[in-house]
Amino acid sequence: MKLKKWTELEIGCVIPEGGTSQEFKTGDWRSERPIWHEDKCVQCYLCWIYCPDSAIIVENGKVTGIDYDFCKGCGICAYECPPKAGAIIMEREVK
Amino acid sequence: MIVARTGNEAMAEAMRQINPDVVAAYPITPATEIVQIFSGFVANGQVDTEYVAVESEHSAMSACVGAAAAGARVMTGTASQGLALMYEILYIAAGLRLPIVLCLVNRSLSSPINIHCDHSDSMGARDAGWIQILTERTQEAYDSVIQAVLIAEKALLPVMVTIDGFIISHAMENIELIDDRAVKEYIGQRSAKYSLLDVDKPFTVGGLDLQDYYFEHKMSEIDAMNHVLPVIEEVNKQFSQRFKRGYPILEEYRCLDAEVALLAMGSTVGTARIAVDELRQEGKKAGLVKLRVFRPFPVAMLKAALKKLKVVGVMDRSDSFSTNGGQLYIEARSILYDEPTKPLLANYVYGLGGRDISIEEIKEIYRQLFDIRNQGKVAAPITYYGVRS
Repeated sequence: MKLKKWTELEIGCVIPEGGTSQEFKTGDWRSERPIWHEDKCVQCYLCWIYCPDSAIIVENGKVTGIDYDFCKGCGICAYECPPKAGAIIMEREVK
Repeated sequence: MIVARTGNEAMAEAMRQINPDVVAAYPITPATEIVQIFSGFVANGQVDTEYVAVESEHSAMSACVGAAAAGARVMTGTASQGLALMYEILYIAAGLRLPIVLCLVNRSLSSPINIHCDHSDSMGARDAGWIQILTERTQEAYDSVIQAVLIAEKALLPVMVTIDGFIISHAMENIELIDDRAVKEYIGQRSAKYSLLDVDKPFTVGGLDLQDYYFEHKMSEIDAMNHVLPVIEEVNKQFSQRFKRGYPILEEYRCLDAEVALLAMGSTVGTARIAVDELRQEGKKAGLVKLRVFRPFPVAMLKAALKKLKVVGVMDRSDSFSTNGGQLYIEARSILYDEPTKPLLANYVYGLGGRDISIEEIKEIYRQLFDIRNQGKVAAPITYYGVRS
């Protein structure tokens, strides 16, 4: 992305639109990535409820994966995933 | 209409006529009366203002920031420790380019605790990005508060207008008030480009700004300050056309043939005018330079005024604790550095904690300046004038 010059900015550090967090991909902050295993998932939604970044993808009422554009790798989903299921495992992020 | 008003009463009166959308304030000596009188106007229904009674000056300025970002015309008043408590929010108000107007009554800072006048409080905020207008007397303070609304909104920067604590804030002066309707017509309505209350046009204010953009936003703020002086001149020009009085950014009083002059700000200018008049009657070529706007610093104007003189005494009602003198002296000295011909400069730090400075004492300082002229050198560049030693 080409960075703007100071003369091209809105006065007063204003960001002149809403919902701009969509454009700010926080996925590259990750040092560990959650790996979701479809075969083990019991569809309890605990990961979806606890994820602080809305990075658990749910389609047609089913968990279908993880949005790596925004997942910061905090590991809360893996921690909350019921131990008997163990459907989310953290792995070292490989850049 | 000519009326007798104290500095505080006059500033409160100006606020009533401006009828700001929001005032958030916390009372503090010697500025208490400004917001106390104004809250009376609110209670009596004489203004439409939403008055936010807050728990501290930090909250007062925070509420002002939020209201100004919502597009409101916003004012507040404070002094001394109150301004110090606003410190971090002052920078935010300026960085977000919010046109807040603050009526400041100059009072010394603790410790030791003291309620009387010096300029330590506004000097503490000199690098916060606010426009600073230091007035000499009540009429000027009243007029400047009205002008400040337009200056702030045109420059998109916050403005503090100051009066000297007790000397002006609590002393009665005959002043000419402008009609309510004339003030209303002169200041018009604020039109903000963005309003937090406009839910159809969402925007973000105060976002995180890291290594990639912080510098650019600060550059934009620096550039805004670079363009403030013409705004102040234009607003003052329109004011003088309507109301037949006005105030230059810098005034040279009896300087045309002056050999020595004082450079001063605030109420001391009024005292020094009399000292100059008396010295002139004795045939001494004394002059006076009044600096009304300290931020932005009027570099070109001050340079032009000072370099014609042989000796200048710089009057600072505050010390910088830099061991290099008061703030006005440091800055005045700095702008003369590149000049091939420049006056000898002597710094007088005076009047801390409200210690009075009399006409006789100012004449004594002028005599010292004439001695410097005769000797052709400054033996002691920084004098703490009036301290017992």
